[in-house]
Amino acid sequence: MNLASIDWIIMLVYLAFVLGIGFLLKRKVKTSTDFFLAGRAIPAWVCGLAFISANLGAQEVIGMAASGAKYGIATSHFYWVGAIPAMVFVGIFMMPFYYGSRARSVPEYLRLRFDEKTRGLNAISFAIMTVFSSGISMYAMARLIQTLHILDAPFQRMNISSGWIFHVSIIFSALIVLGYIFLGGLSSAIYNEVLQFFLIVAGFLPLVWLGLKNVGGWHGLKENLPAGSTHSWVGMSNPHTNLLGVEWFGLVMGLGFVLSFGYWCTDFLVVQRAMAANSMSAARRTPLIAAIPKMLFPFLVILPGLIAIALPTQPARATVSPSAVSEEVRAAGKGLIPAKIDSHTGRLELDKHGKPVLDYDLAIPNMLLHYFPTGLLGLGLTALLASFMSGMAGNVTAFNTVWTYDIYQSYIRPNASDLHYLFMGRLATIFGIGLSMVAAYAATRFNNIMDMLQLVFAFVNAPLFATFLLGMFWKRTTGHGAFLGLISGMVAAAIHHGVTLSADAVPGIKGAWLGTVIHVYPSEMAQNFWTAIWAWSSCFIVTIVVSLFTRPREEKELVGLVYSLTQRLDEGQVSWYKRPATLGALVIALTVLLNLIFW
Amino acid sequence: MGLDIRLPIGGLFAVLGALLAAYGLLSNPTLYQHSLGINVNLDWGLVMLAFGLIMIVLGRRGSLRKNAEIQLESADREPSQQRPH
Repeated sequence: MNLASIDWIIMLVYLAFVLGIGFLLKRKVKTSTDFFLAGRAIPAWVCGLAFISANLGAQEVIGMAASGAKYGIATSHFYWVGAIPAMVFVGIFMMPFYYGSRARSVPEYLRLRFDEKTRGLNAISFAIMTVFSSGISMYAMARLIQTLHILDAPFQRMNISSGWIFHVSIIFSALIVLGYIFLGGLSSAIYNEVLQFFLIVAGFLPLVWLGLKNVGGWHGLKENLPAGSTHSWVGMSNPHTNLLGVEWFGLVMGLGFVLSFGYWCTDFLVVQRAMAANSMSAARRTPLIAAIPKMLFPFLVILPGLIAIALPTQPARATVSPSAVSEEVRAAGKGLIPAKIDSHTGRLELDKHGKPVLDYDLAIPNMLLHYFPTGLLGLGLTALLASFMSGMAGNVTAFNTVWTYDIYQSYIRPNASDLHYLFMGRLATIFGIGLSMVAAYAATRFNNIMDMLQLVFAFVNAPLFATFLLGMFWKRTTGHGAFLGLISGMVAAAIHHGVTLSADAVPGIKGAWLGTVIHVYPSEMAQNFWTAIWAWSSCFIVTIVVSLFTRPREEKELVGLVYSLTQRLDEGQVSWYKRPATLGALVIALTVLLNLIFW
Repeated sequence: MGLDIRLPIGGLFAVLGALLAAYGLLSNPTLYQHSLGINVNLDWGLVMLAFGLIMIVLGRRGSLRKNAEIQLESADREPSQQRPH
């Protein structure tokens, strides 16, 4: 790829703004609350946009376009089933306890509601997870810069070996993110996330517009795609009649309930954005405001994937293929999506049925190269980089807060001055990013270790929502119940994964590592959803049973933490259209409508 | 927080929009073969510029109002503080 000066200027202007915001906000950071919670002074719409932007990391833009190309419009289930309902629930029902309890983090809420061990389990696993996710973002970004040959020309000009591109990308992205978080803390991260949100929209909207115009609008697109890929629900009654390989129950319960509620309602990375809001009402509106752009995101990120696969297979033009392209390799690709090449043999990678494996992750990059001229290309790439950085920064701010408040202040050094914790927060930002870099390099060496870690995180996360649901809505739930429930959920997830397999997989990291196969799922997705369902159910049941046998806490200690013991909020002062219930109903109605349109 | 976020957003979009639009005006039309013959740099640059300017106007109005509120508050407070003397 050859970038012209205008492309570089656009990127530099963006970076200047990102760091500039950090410098401007630095003066405002005087206490640890300013640094970790943005002084609880951010308006609802800003928190709302940061709420989705923090989640808009690498996996979102690249990954959703890739699954759009692979599975078609059914990918929208990850939004309309797998995000919106949970976002409405956290805003209306859970935020009063997160924000109202004045907890400074999600693990801290667990300590207030349950006990120290439940908090510790959540805080430590969460801290490790954020560092690794941020490292994976960093790794993916450096790999993309390598694959797209963005830095090849400037490196050649400066006579630096292209072997350095990966290292320079890692260090450079780490320094930028470090710079703006170190200076301005969470406010700086939130401000930049909002900036990134608008930039991502500005970078991808013209792509969708040009692409749709090119293929002849939605109707033209439909004609060029296989029938199954333009419907989201048709064929969902049976896993074998839809491209996802999941039946509706597994989808709705596994993705729509367990995984989605587990992420959007309990993950501190997103909840932290709402906790920074300037009032209870603003905190409750945060996820609801976020839900509106979120439900429209499929059009921005999934459509490019659909367009990429619908276009005629490209001749020699400027698409990126993994390496030198022979005619055979090019013909094996589909639309703008090239076939994967086995890095050991240098030949086409084939699946079990002898068909070439496609590199769907290149859908978005190739779309950018296909449609964008110099100038707009710079903007598109900047948007892509912005999405990586917002994903990274979200993890780093969540990490430094949980580390400082829930680990350092709780177990290592309680009772220090506020200034000391502010200092520790800045220090945690540095070593959090340092650890992410270590994780990014670990990913280059030991691909399996990363896969395994992600699997372990999936086990740890799956049962979480059962704990929060019982904790917030059943006053009888005890700390022992919550803790043992969580452990049992994780174990259930691991066992379920250990005795099942998906149709095309071999035993090992993909399942069945306990030696026996009790059930074979039609797809890996179905296996993951059902692992989550088992984990959640086990946690739910064990928490209830153990709670019934252990002594509950005094009711007066639980005021503000449990639904039945907390006074209903008086919304009298807020105008009707700002009320969470109204907004929530509107969001749900719109989501149902979108599902019907793309049925 | 003191800084109205619409100002940096507006600033970034105005600068990027102006850059793209200017580049679109000056660039060779053959560049736009990729983009179906549409000068997307010019068109999208103008859209971004307009969006940026609107954000700046809204942001400035927002900060002016905020400053006025702060002044009003301090004006309210002063007489009550002076009363005991």
